[in-house]
Amino acid sequence: MSFFLTQAINGIVFGMLLFLLAAGLSLMLGVMRIVNLAHGSYYLLGGYIGYSIAKHTNSFFLACLGGLLSIGILGMVIYKTMLEKHFAREALSQVLITFGMLLIISDVCRWIWGGSPLAIPKPEILQGTIYLGEIVFPVYRLAVIVVGVFILLFLWWFQERTKYGAIVRAGVDDDEMTQGIGINISLVKTLIFSLGSLLAGFAGVIGGPFVGLSIGLDIEILLLAVVVVIIGGMGSLRGALVGALFIGLVDSFGKSLLPELSIFTIFAAMVIVLAIKPSGLFGMK
Amino acid sequence: MKTLYPPLRVTILIACLGLLPLFLPPFYTGLFSLMFIFAIFAMSLDILQGYTGLPSLGHAAFMGTAAYMVAVLNVKVFKTCHFGVEFVTGILSAGAVAAILGLIVLRSRGTYLLMILMASSMMLWGIAFKWRSLAGGDDGLPGIARPDFSWLGLNLENTTHYYYFVLFFFIISAILMGLVVRSSFGHTLLGIRESETRMQSLGYNIWLQKYIAFIVSAMFAGFSGVLLVYYNRFVSPSELHLVTSAEGLIMVILGGAGTLWGPAIGAGIIILIKNFVSGYTEHWMIILGALYILTVMFAPQGVYRLAKQLVRK
Repeated sequence: MSFFLTQAINGIVFGMLLFLLAAGLSLMLGVMRIVNLAHGSYYLLGGYIGYSIAKHTNSFFLACLGGLLSIGILGMVIYKTMLEKHFAREALSQVLITFGMLLIISDVCRWIWGGSPLAIPKPEILQGTIYLGEIVFPVYRLAVIVVGVFILLFLWWFQERTKYGAIVRAGVDDDEMTQGIGINISLVKTLIFSLGSLLAGFAGVIGGPFVGLSIGLDIEILLLAVVVVIIGGMGSLRGALVGALFIGLVDSFGKSLLPELSIFTIFAAMVIVLAIKPSGLFGMK
Repeated sequence: MKTLYPPLRVTILIACLGLLPLFLPPFYTGLFSLMFIFAIFAMSLDILQGYTGLPSLGHAAFMGTAAYMVAVLNVKVFKTCHFGVEFVTGILSAGAVAAILGLIVLRSRGTYLLMILMASSMMLWGIAFKWRSLAGGDDGLPGIARPDFSWLGLNLENTTHYYYFVLFFFIISAILMGLVVRSSFGHTLLGIRESETRMQSLGYNIWLQKYIAFIVSAMFAGFSGVLLVYYNRFVSPSELHLVTSAEGLIMVILGGAGTLWGPAIGAGIIILIKNFVSGYTEHWMIILGALYILTVMFAPQGVYRLAKQLVRK
C-alpha cells in the first residue's frame, strides 16, 4: 500500500511538472499552430540558468525568477525575430526553425555547463521529509504540487474568467475573426508564446532539484510534453492537465514496475487514446 | 543542358558517379557512399512529404527498424552475413512497422500527425536504448559482417567496392521511386496533396492511398537502413532518433520537396557539411542548427528549384 501511495504521489509531482510544459506547448499549438520543438530546450536552459543563479546567490527564489524571466524573454525574441516572419508561415518551416533552436541551445548548454549531470540544491525551508500516515515523503515534492496547483488555478482563472482569456480562446477558435473584430492578435500571440516559454523555464528550475539537469534531457522532456498534448488534445488546458497527470502516473508506475519497458507503457497509453479519439481526449475537430 | 536528350544526361551522370572513386581518396569515396545511402532515405521521405503532403518527424523509425533487424540477424542469429535473408527481412520489417503504425495514426492529420509520428519513432528509440540483451542498449550492436559478393569479384570490405555496391542500389531505388511517383498511384498522391476533399469526391479512398504511400515510403527508408548498417558495421539507437528524422526533413526541404533529385542533392549537402564542420569544430551542432534556420529563411523551395530558376533566367 505504501509503495502504491509513494508512486502515486511521485507520479502527481512529475505530472505537475509536465503540466507546466504541456500547458504552454498546447497553447502555442492551439493559438499559433506552432509545434515548438525547442520546448524541452527551454526547460533545460531555464534549469541551467537557475542552477547558476542559485549557486552564486544561494537563493532559490532568485533562481526561479531568473530562469523564468530569461526564458520568457528568449521565447519572445525567437518568436519576434523568426517564428512571426513570413518565411515561417508553414508548420513545416516552424518545425525546422524550432528544431534548429533545439540543436543550438543543446550545444550552448553543453558548452557552458559541461556534460555531467547537475542538480539545483533545494531551498532550505523545503528540505527534510514529512510523514503522511505510514509513508515518508520529501517536503520539496509536495511543495511542487502546491505550486503547480496555484499555477493551474491562475491559468484557469485567466483563461475562463478574464477578458484576455476570452481573447485567447477566441484566437484558438478562429484567429482571423478575432483579428477582424479589432484585436491585436499579433500581440496576443507574442504574449502567449512568451508565457509558454516562461512556464517551461520555470518548470526547469523547480524540476532541477529532483529531476536534475543533463544533456539529452531536453529531448526526453519534449517527448513527454508532446505525448501529453497528443493525449489531451491541442489548445486545451483541461487536456494538458489530464494528460500530464496521466503520463506522470504512467511514467512513475511504469518505471518502478516495468523498468525495461517504461517508455513503452507511455507509448501504449498514447496509442490507446488515439485509437479511441484521433484528435486527443479534449481536442477539437 | 536543355539540348541534351534526357536519357543521355542520366547516362553521363551515372558514368561520372561510376568514375568518381578513380579520382577520390578512399575517405571521400566512403563519404559518397554515405551520401547515396542518405539520398535514398531523403527520397523515401519525400514520397510522403513532397508527393503526399504528409510531413513526418519520425521517418528514422523505418530506417532504424530495418537497420536493427539486419544487425540482430547478422550478429545474434547467423553470426555471419546472409545478405538475401537480411535484406528482405530488413525491408519487410520497416514495412510491417509502418503497416501497424499507419493503422493507428493515419486518421490524424497535419501538425498533430507530425507530432504523433515523432513520438512513435522516439518510443522505438527508447526501446532500442533500454533493451540491452537483444539490441545492445545504448552501446548498440557492433561487429556486423558485410555481405560476401566474391562470386561477382567484389570485395565489399574495400571502400571502393562498397561504393559501387551502394551506387548500384541507389540507382535501382531511384528508378523504382521514380516509377512510383510517375505511376497513376503517384498522381493520386499528388491529388491528395493538393486537395483531399476533391480526391474524395472523385471516389478515391484517401485513407487507403495514404496508407499505401506510408508503407511504400517506409520500405524504401528501410532499404537505406540496410545499406547503412553494412556501411557502418554497427548500429546504435541514434539511427532511430529524432535528430535523424529531422535531418531527413531538412535534406528534403533543402533539396526541394516534391522532386526526387532535390532530396538526393539535399542529402549530399547535409552529409558533406556535417562531415566538414564536425572536423573543424566541436560545436558543429550550433552550425547545423543555424543551417536549419537559414534554409527556411533563404531556400524554402530548395536549392534544386533555386538553381533551375537561375538557369532559366
